[in-house]
Order: sequence, then structure tokens, then C-alpha cells
Amino acid sequence: MSSTPLHGASVGDRIYRVATTAFALSIPLLLVLLSAEVAAAAWPALKTFGFSFLTSSRWDAVAGEFGAAPAIYGTIVSSVLALLVATPLAIGVAIFLSEFAPSWLRQPVAFLVDLLAAIPSVVYGLWGIFVLVPLLREHVMPLLADRLHLGGTPFFSGPAYGPSMLAAGLILAIMVLPYISAVTREVLMAVPRSQREAALALGATRWEMIRGAVLPYASSGILGGVILGLGRALGETMAVTMVIGNRHEISASLFAPGYTMASLIANEFSEATNDLHLSSLMAVGAVLLAVTLSVNVLARWLVWRVQRQGR
Amino acid sequence: MMKASVSRRSMRVRRAHSAAMITLTLIAALLATLPLLLILALLLKQGAGAVNWAFFTAMPKPVGEAGGGMANAMAGTVMLIGIASLIGLPAGIGAGLYLAEHRGERVASIVRFLSDVLNGLPSIVIGIFAWQFLVRPVRHFSALAGGIALGVMMIPLVTRTTEEMVRLVPDALREAALALGFPRWRTSLTVVLRTALPGIVTGALVAVARIAGETAPLLFTAFGNQFWSTSLAQPVSALPLQIFTYAISPYDEWHVLAWAGALVLLALVLVISLLAKFATRSRFARGSD
Repeated sequence: MSSTPLHGASVGDRIYRVATTAFALSIPLLLVLLSAEVAAAAWPALKTFGFSFLTSSRWDAVAGEFGAAPAIYGTIVSSVLALLVATPLAIGVAIFLSEFAPSWLRQPVAFLVDLLAAIPSVVYGLWGIFVLVPLLREHVMPLLADRLHLGGTPFFSGPAYGPSMLAAGLILAIMVLPYISAVTREVLMAVPRSQREAALALGATRWEMIRGAVLPYASSGILGGVILGLGRALGETMAVTMVIGNRHEISASLFAPGYTMASLIANEFSEATNDLHLSSLMAVGAVLLAVTLSVNVLARWLVWRVQRQGR
Repeated sequence: MMKASVSRRSMRVRRAHSAAMITLTLIAALLATLPLLLILALLLKQGAGAVNWAFFTAMPKPVGEAGGGMANAMAGTVMLIGIASLIGLPAGIGAGLYLAEHRGERVASIVRFLSDVLNGLPSIVIGIFAWQFLVRPVRHFSALAGGIALGVMMIPLVTRTTEEMVRLVPDALREAALALGFPRWRTSLTVVLRTALPGIVTGALVAVARIAGETAPLLFTAFGNQFWSTSLAQPVSALPLQIFTYAISPYDEWHVLAWAGALVLLALVLVISLLAKFATRSRFARGSD
């Protein structure tokens, strides 16, 4: 045994190197395989409908006509609504936690906000069905439409069913908030101390320091966090499926039920009647994959750029 | 960077403005934690009554009969987590070791980037992939396909924490082992990995907590099953799938079970998350983050 350690070591090293390299390369391989498989599943529908798959709003399983426009529209509207609500809150939370919170409050609040990300989507959906949707139907929607006289505008018109684009957007806002706030906190912490001290030395108040010296420095990283949140919102499935109302129609009103790409796939997958219907659902998945891939690449790049500056 | 218009205002106005904005960030923090507290309170109120011994041991009852449990769904969840860990842990730890040992190299930074991208993909897309790749060719849903889909989701999470934890291991330790004549592979697996272990355990637990509540990929793979099944080749139920089925049903008895299931699922996720926090606190990785 004592005569062979060198030889044994080199064989062991080679095996170790091959194994770790193989595991590392499995990640790019997995992404390629995943894209290829999703594209293969989507191909029959894409071949049949071509570009009109993205623009047509007809979804008729009996006639064999499928167009994903309402789902694409619903995905964009619900995600944008979610970001409009979540972004200011998330940035506020992140600033509070990284700059102002007394230390006894920092840990518990940070823990609670992180916990929002730990709640399973289906639990949010359950809460959405039995709490958020009734709340919207009984109180929020009448308030918006009648008391605030917004019912005349196209965005808040129509009957208040409850399950709606508004419900989807709000539940998504709660779900993406912890992601945006976590990235924002990281980015704020990467802002050099000297940046803050310089502002304070120039006579800035604490808020002016944030506004003038910290936020501009961190802005592209925060944008990255928001886009990361967008990526989450675009693909979120269960909670949205449970509150959005599942209807193939484009309506400007946030009170109207709708569909997102993810909820369409989840809702109709088990009842797909024929191969073309199934393939159309997969084609919606392929569109979702393409969109989230690009959004993620953009977001990671933005965050990475700020963190590199900070080092 | 300070604007002239800002400095022209009196100091008192500026201080008041600053205090107001700081208060607004506090309000944002309170608003953000509010839904969490509401959800937790409601889960306890609605679910606690139905969480009893039978809930854990009994099988689901048909519509209209009160009672019944989720024994099969819980067994399914445990099984799916097991399969996912068998795939996600070795692959993630191996890839993480590679990234930590080849830092600065081009291939490593590409893999790191793609790992983050994979992590950001919607779980439903991973479900479609697993369905097309594993379910469709054999023409039936299976626990194995569900576990693999969840395992794929674990890989990027475990990879990144492993890399971060291995990077924290002091080079001196590595060099000491090499100087004692340890081959590289033994240095990595026994000395480096062992030192980083608490952190890696945390990462693994966080990954498990995240996939335990996943529903969307299972719709296409494990599919759900109202009967007891431990076969890898058969469809299997899972806690989140069962909650979904019960929540969207029109029956009140099922709604109660959905709340109870959600309470149990959330408790499971929280316990795993707390264990994860505890695992890092206990050993060295603490001071350096």
C-alpha cells in the first residue's frame, strides 16, 4: 500500500475531477435539454398556427383553433400590476432594514419578510380563494367603482365577480415582494460606506443621503431585483390559477376574469381533449420559457454588474 | 450629487422630510409583514381544528363523508422529496465544488450564470419538460418523474450554497491536508467538504423547503392519486396537490381539509427552514457572512 499512494492519488484525482466537471456541466446540458423538449412538445401547434398563435384570441378546443393572445395579455397585465404594487413597498422595506431599523427590529422583520417567500404558492391560492377574493368582491371593488367613482373608467368597470385580474395582481404582489426586497437589500449593502459618509459630511439629512448617494449607486441593481421579481410573477402558477377566474378574453377591466400563460396550462392540461390542444398548451409553455429566460438573463446581468462594482 | 434646490430649504424642513420618509419605510415594512401574519392567523384558525391523528393516518374519504385524512399525500410528499434529494444533492454539491475550485475560470462563470437562470425558470416549465421527457414516452404519470422534476429544481439552489460555503473554507486547511500527503480528491471530500458541511446542510434544507410546497410541476408528473401508493412507476399524491384539489372543489368538508393540509404543509416548510437556520448557526460559517 505504501508503494502506490502516488499512483492511487492520481487515479482518484482524475475520477474526482471528471465527476465534479460532469455535475457542473449537467447544468448547461439540462437547460439545453429542457429547451429542446419544451420546443418539441410545442412544435405541432406552432407549425399549425404559426405566428398567429401569438396574436389570435380564439381558443376553441372543439374547432381546433388555438391562439394565446389573451393568456399573454393576462400574464403581462397581472405581472405589471404586481410590480406596481410590490416595488415601492419592497424598496421601502429594504431601505428600512438596511439603513434605519434598530437592531432589535431588524432580524425579526427581515425574517418575516423572508418567510413570505417560503409560503407555498398553493397556500397563497387557498388564502386567495377564501379571503382575498371575497374581500375584493364585497369591499374593495364596490369602493373603487362606486365610492371613488372609478366605475366609469374602463379599468374598473363591469360586474365584481371576485376572481379577477385584480386578485391575481395583488396576490402576485405579495408573492414577489420578498424577492425584490431581498435583492434590493443585498445591493444596498454593497454600496460602499464611503458613499454614505461623503453625503453626510456634506450636510445631507439621512433621507437625502439615501436619495442622493445610495439609491443612484444601487439603482441598476434594484432594477435587476425588480426584473427578477417580474420573472417570478410571469411564471407563478398555482396561486394565480386559483384566483384569476380562468377566462379566454381580453378585457381592459381589472375586475374581469382572465388567464395567464401559466394558469392556462395548469388549468387545461388534465382536460386537454386532443393532441393539438395539448400541443397548444405546450406552445404556451414554450412562449413562457422564452420570455422568462430573457427576463432572467437580463436581471442576473444587472445584479451581477452592481455587485462587481461594489467589491 | 446634492441638488441646489435641496440645500436651499431650511434645515428644519429637511429634517422633517427625512423623518417622514423614514417613517414611510417603516410603514412599508409593517405593510409587507401584514399579509404573512393574516395568513398564519387564518391557517391556525381554520386548519387547527381538523389536524388530528386521523388526518395523518387516514385515507381521503369520498365526497360527502366528513373526516378522512391525507396519509397517502404525506407519504407521497416524503417519497418525492427523497427522490428529488437523491438527484439534487449529489449533482448540486458536485457542481458547487467544481465552481468553488475553478473560480475565475470562464467555464465556471458560465455554469454559475446558467445555474442562476435555471433557478429563475418557472416551475411549471420544468414540469412540462419532465412530462415530455419522462412521462410521455412511457405513457403514464409516475412518482419517479415527479421526483426528478423536483430534483432538477433543487440542483441550482444546492449548487450556489455549496459553492459559497466551500469558498469560506480557509485555504490554509486545504494546504495543510495537501502538505500531509492527502491526494486532492480526499482533501476536497474529507477536509474541505467536512468543514463546509453545516453550510451545505443549510443549503440542502432550504432547497427541500422550497420544493416541498411545489405543486405546478407535479400536475404533469406525479399527477396525484387518491389511493395509497409507494411505487415509483405509479402516480402518487402529494400534500400540495391534495390541497389544490380540495381548495378548488365546491365541498365544505374538503375546504376544511384543504386548510388543515395547508397548515401541515406550512408547518413542515417552517420547521425545515428553522432547522436550516440552526444548522449554520452551530458551526464556523457564522462569522464570515
